Amino acid sequence: MALSTKHLLGIKDLQTEDIQLILSTATQFKEVLQRPVKKVPTLRDVTIVNLFYENSTRTRISFELAERRLSADVVNFTVSNSSAAKGETLLDTVNNILSMKVDMVVMRHSASGAPHYLAKHIDAAIINAGDGINEHPTQALLDAFSMQEKMGKLAGLKVAIIGDIMHSRVALSNIYLLKKMGAEVMVSGPPTLIPKYLQEAMDIQVEYNIDKALAWCDVANVLRIQLERQNQPLFSSLREYNLAYGITKARLQKLDKEILIMHPGPINRGVEMDSDVADSHQSIILDQVENGVAVRMACLYLLTGRTNP
Amino acid sequence: MILISEQQLPSIVKRLSHQILETHPGLQNTVLIGLQPRGVFLSDRIVAALHQELPADQVVYGKLDITFYRDDIRRELHLATQTDLPFSIEGKTVILIDDVLFTGRTIRAALDALLSFGRPAKVELCVLVDRKPSRELPIQPDFSGKEMDTLTPYKVKVRWKENDGVDDVILLDQ
Repeated sequence: MALSTKHLLGIKDLQTEDIQLILSTATQFKEVLQRPVKKVPTLRDVTIVNLFYENSTRTRISFELAERRLSADVVNFTVSNSSAAKGETLLDTVNNILSMKVDMVVMRHSASGAPHYLAKHIDAAIINAGDGINEHPTQALLDAFSMQEKMGKLAGLKVAIIGDIMHSRVALSNIYLLKKMGAEVMVSGPPTLIPKYLQEAMDIQVEYNIDKALAWCDVANVLRIQLERQNQPLFSSLREYNLAYGITKARLQKLDKEILIMHPGPINRGVEMDSDVADSHQSIILDQVENGVAVRMACLYLLTGRTNP
Repeated sequence: MILISEQQLPSIVKRLSHQILETHPGLQNTVLIGLQPRGVFLSDRIVAALHQELPADQVVYGKLDITFYRDDIRRELHLATQTDLPFSIEGKTVILIDDVLFTGRTIRAALDALLSFGRPAKVELCVLVDRKPSRELPIQPDFSGKEMDTLTPYKVKVRWKENDGVDDVILLDQ
């Protein structure tokens, strides 16, 4: 049994079995990470380049740790100190790196579809670490892993994705994944931050009233307000956003149940989520980060297994 | 062709557990680790036999998956199963348990995997079938249920009631 795909470009391309395989392999890697020696020799013959054309802290560190825990050789590339700043094209940069015998590319890019373009032109396996406003597959996988770990299942789970849906690759990957695994999905936020026709296109529920969304769901995955992606103001002020859509202790106390609170980070405290919610026992934000390493180890292991058949 | 019949298997398991107890009276400072996935069927039986001789808390038993330490992951993707070692192996005698000792490569990987959990004082090996002439590494068992002295072109398949509906060891055409 192996993945049905050579690259991990998006959840959209994965079969349900692929997702199950990644999640079950991640469980084994999570156990590896509890050992006194948290490192396995599995990928000691593999070299991986982390190609980050866009800022990242969590994802880059998480991928790098996952690679090192698997004993892979790691090369880091950030655009600020590279020849891309001198005008080299993406394909030239990658071909130059690959000619130095690199087996795998982990890539983040601000252009949606950049890793898909690359996958058509090079042989190495590519993992998408976030492309524009398209997908962020490993984030959706680690979110699913964390939900499954806490709630025991994904099928039938009611998940509300809240906030800036329009500019969020995390939202899209999560929607694809949760639908494939049989969960019920609702998105909630201001109408200006939810794409028109999303309901019809993805067959999900849309709820503009945050309190109704919270009352409906078992899990609330709260997204960051991506101020850097907004060319025009889509809500009047951060304070007003917090009043109308922020996850506050008062909102959660009105519910007759305790829901699971998630956030892919980085959090704008006091905007989409208040500090006392982010740091409460309902929140599994730091578990998500911990699980991210195990989930990325699983993706790397399952994809490199196929590089030298 | 049947190598170990359904009638023979329980007495072999019993003999192996007695040999382990003779070498390690009361299992003092000794832990048992079954190798996933198929070694665990044997180790479960040996542990059940040991429980008849010793109080349950003296039998320290875990399961180890060695997938991530294999030397052949580039040839074929192997799926990992659960590792469950809820105790320290530091300074202990570890008895690894597997069903068939063939090339020795699984045990090589298991020795590597063990070192991620600590430094055992001693590691011993217990197997149901020892295919001695097929060895590719200098690894020998300390306890073995049955030795095969000739090179055979057959695959040795150990079948367990829990998994395969019947308890025996058969030879299969490759």
